[in-house]
Amino acid sequence: MSQYDGLPGDWQLVVGLEVHVELATATKLFSASPNRFGDEPNTNIDPVTLGLPGALPVLNEQAVELAMRIGAALNCTIQACTFHRKNYFYPDMPKAYQISQYDQPLNVDGYLDLPNGVRVGIERAHMEEDAGKSTHVGGSGGRVHGATYSLIDLNRAGVPLVEIVSRPDIHSADDARAYVNELRGILVAIDASDAKMEEGSMRVDANVSVHKPGTPLGTRCEIKNVNSVRSIGRAIEYEARRQIDLIEGGDVVRQQTRHWDEGDGRTHTLRSKEDADDYRYFLEPDLVPLAPSAEWIAKVKAALPMLPAARRARLADATGQAANSEAVTIVVDRGQDDYVLAIAAAGGDAARGLVYVKEAFADSPKVAAADVAVLTQMEVSGAITATQAKTVLAELVAKGGGDAAAIAAAHGFEAIDTSAVEAFVDEAIATDPDAWQKFCSGDAKAMGALVGLVMKASKGKADGKAVSASLQQRRSDHG
Amino acid sequence: MSTPSAPATTAAAIAAGVRDGSLKAADIVEQHLAAIATREPEIHAFNLVLADEARAAAAQIDQRVAAGEDPGPLAGVTVALKDNMCTRGIPTTCSSKILEGWRPPYDATVVSTLRDAGAIVVGKTNLDEFAMGSSTENSAFGPTRNPHDTSRVPGGSSGGSAASVAAGFSQVSFGSDTGGSIRQPAALCGVVGVKPTYGYVSRYGLIAFASSLDQIGPFTNSVEDAALMLDVIGGHDPLDSTSIPQAHPSLRDAMQQDVAGLRIGRITDLPEGADPDVVERLEVAFDTLRAAGAKIVDVQVPAFTFGLTAYYLIAPAEASSNLARYDGVRYGMRVEAADTNAMYGATRAAGFGDEVKRRIMLGTYALSAGYYDAYYGKALKVRRLISDDFDRAYQHADVLLTPTSPSVAFQFGAKGDNPLAMYLCDTYTIPSNLSGQPGMSVPFGTGAHGLPVGVQVLAGTLQEPTMFRVAAALEAAATKERGLQNGGVR
Repeated sequence: MSQYDGLPGDWQLVVGLEVHVELATATKLFSASPNRFGDEPNTNIDPVTLGLPGALPVLNEQAVELAMRIGAALNCTIQACTFHRKNYFYPDMPKAYQISQYDQPLNVDGYLDLPNGVRVGIERAHMEEDAGKSTHVGGSGGRVHGATYSLIDLNRAGVPLVEIVSRPDIHSADDARAYVNELRGILVAIDASDAKMEEGSMRVDANVSVHKPGTPLGTRCEIKNVNSVRSIGRAIEYEARRQIDLIEGGDVVRQQTRHWDEGDGRTHTLRSKEDADDYRYFLEPDLVPLAPSAEWIAKVKAALPMLPAARRARLADATGQAANSEAVTIVVDRGQDDYVLAIAAAGGDAARGLVYVKEAFADSPKVAAADVAVLTQMEVSGAITATQAKTVLAELVAKGGGDAAAIAAAHGFEAIDTSAVEAFVDEAIATDPDAWQKFCSGDAKAMGALVGLVMKASKGKADGKAVSASLQQRRSDHG
Repeated sequence: MSTPSAPATTAAAIAAGVRDGSLKAADIVEQHLAAIATREPEIHAFNLVLADEARAAAAQIDQRVAAGEDPGPLAGVTVALKDNMCTRGIPTTCSSKILEGWRPPYDATVVSTLRDAGAIVVGKTNLDEFAMGSSTENSAFGPTRNPHDTSRVPGGSSGGSAASVAAGFSQVSFGSDTGGSIRQPAALCGVVGVKPTYGYVSRYGLIAFASSLDQIGPFTNSVEDAALMLDVIGGHDPLDSTSIPQAHPSLRDAMQQDVAGLRIGRITDLPEGADPDVVERLEVAFDTLRAAGAKIVDVQVPAFTFGLTAYYLIAPAEASSNLARYDGVRYGMRVEAADTNAMYGATRAAGFGDEVKRRIMLGTYALSAGYYDAYYGKALKVRRLISDDFDRAYQHADVLLTPTSPSVAFQFGAKGDNPLAMYLCDTYTIPSNLSGQPGMSVPFGTGAHGLPVGVQVLAGTLQEPTMFRVAAALEAAATKERGLQNGGVR
């Protein structure tokens, strides 16, 4: 399969992503109102948020610090910058302009490495304020067209955003998903944002075009309303196919902004380049230039925590797993890697620790790492089986810790030796000769039935792996 | 032609008297309310007179004095506020129909500072709509008349504030100056008017016309009162990022020093167009300062002459953005229509006057894609040139002297149909808004028809102390001259 999976012929996909993230500040970008999701509508407001005549913006230092952290984590140059006004009318935009950064953004020229080694350039990561939220009632699909009225909640107006603009270095839907996942992991790790797509604190727009190798880049379309990591891939794949069909049908791609419809799995025209607003950008006269000192920048960089890629490498190293393995990825994603390392540090087996943590702890573990360390050793040493270990682990989780050995003893768990396993297997074959025959003729499902019989007879004490091994040995002997 | 009421005293004297109990704030307020009752119907300085509020505030100050508390440095001083400064719970209209009836939920920083200092607000004054104009004829609520001659304009855009002081309606008043809107009406009404260095006074709560140019300043009967007002309202405001983050020296102290040895600049390439009577008074001003020991030096400010053109791109550009919020969605006027876009259009068409619409269109055009570089971008370059030229001039001169206005107060309607003629009123005041530097108008005798003439003193960034020294010298000379004309009786 080529790198450009999903596209016919030698078409190549070119994608750049624009990701808006809401910063996890206490207050808004330019006022003292709380930056809080989910409050009663229009309660986190003040003269600045409402754009009342005479109100003036004052830049939030914490927002700048978080934005600088993002720049540092994305290997950007952090520079002196300015704010501009982006002018357009919309009812949820109280001043009729958005304060954003234009030709001198805070962060420029960085990059993000995907777990598969692909490096995606970051053009810029600039600060801006969010608009309010409009809810259109009475139309279809929540769109303003056809709505009978609209509700406006200005709690979100003025919430600090950083817009992270990638270079068009993404060439597959998988890489687009990986980029968003990796970016989200970084943002959470550095406490810059909770980066929840479902709550809108992370929003992704995709610029998609197609071309053939050695030819100029194609005309791009911007896809909006992509609200989950899964939809990113779907939307990009759909859009690429749409563009290829147009070109192959003798038509041309027109530069447009398109709306992704999750329901029908298509993109629809929102507006074309010709109807695009002229934003009449100009330097925001109510703010002064922002020039973070070299000391401040150095302090932000020095205070950066270990990022997900480094943490995956560290966990992979400790557990002997691949850095991009599912278990390593998931555990680092959940921020449980320190816990796995603590299990190892307490004398436990890191590899088993990784599996336990991935399987048993959905969120932050409440069990002392030393307790789990004991359990991993019991399993690795063969004192109990993997199946039994799972039972003990479940009990440790339920009780919030305890003595794994005592729990195992209370269950009567002990390792069953090989001869006992063989006896149980003999008994199972005798009980269900049909299954045995099917297993011998290659029916994989039949093995499950036989293992089940052994487990039942041994009251779960038999090691499932030993049972499978015995059955397979017998089949090859039999064959 | 009626004469304005002569100032009984100064703000400084009133505050001193109220503080030591020899004057009652209540009496001060009644005197001003009486003047308002007599002449306001003819002058129309106010959009709103706050008689009850003023009386209540005065009573409170007198009680504080009686209780031995400090009533503040401006105790009992009556002030009038240009109706583009937000006053909590009190209608603030910018003399525009689009904001009629709107009551701000907060006070401008200047307003709360003045109140905390013991000043008493007697009313909100009339202005050209959104401070766009030079005659106060652009008010949606009718023009203000010049107290010196009610057939003439008071100047603008802060015409109501200038007239209020000239007519004795308030001891002092406050306006905003974006291109001359304090200095020009001060000159036409015969009072002192100051536009300080950009950032000297907080703009928080001043309804923006052109944010990079707007600055609040006082109208007073004396240079010392103007110094006192700036000493109270000047300083950093954490709510205004563009306010200068440092304390200012006392101007009341600084102005005590004479002008001996100061270099007074005469701009040899100043744009022409001032009337002979105005030019004559400027010459007298130079002579006066020379006689007082100052040195007159010739300087050039070549870009001065481009100020007007650059201003009429930059100010409308910012205004087009600042005034976009008046869309009928959240406050002020709304004209219902079929959909949101139609509602915007109908509301703004009905709510804004012609001059405001003209500037919004000018500014929108100047910022548009394809025109930005030729208009707004070029205007910014000119702005830079003007600043550089001023900086060079201030290496040779401590202050510059120019006319404030090319003419004395003109008749109503004289320029009403000719926006360009009206714009030329601000030829001499605009460049210092573009450079962000201070300027003030000092009444300096009379010109044609016996009407007041103002002389403008310009200075470098934060050079208010020097500017006030020169202003005080001009004031002293004008007072002496007036005394001589009156046969030695003041």
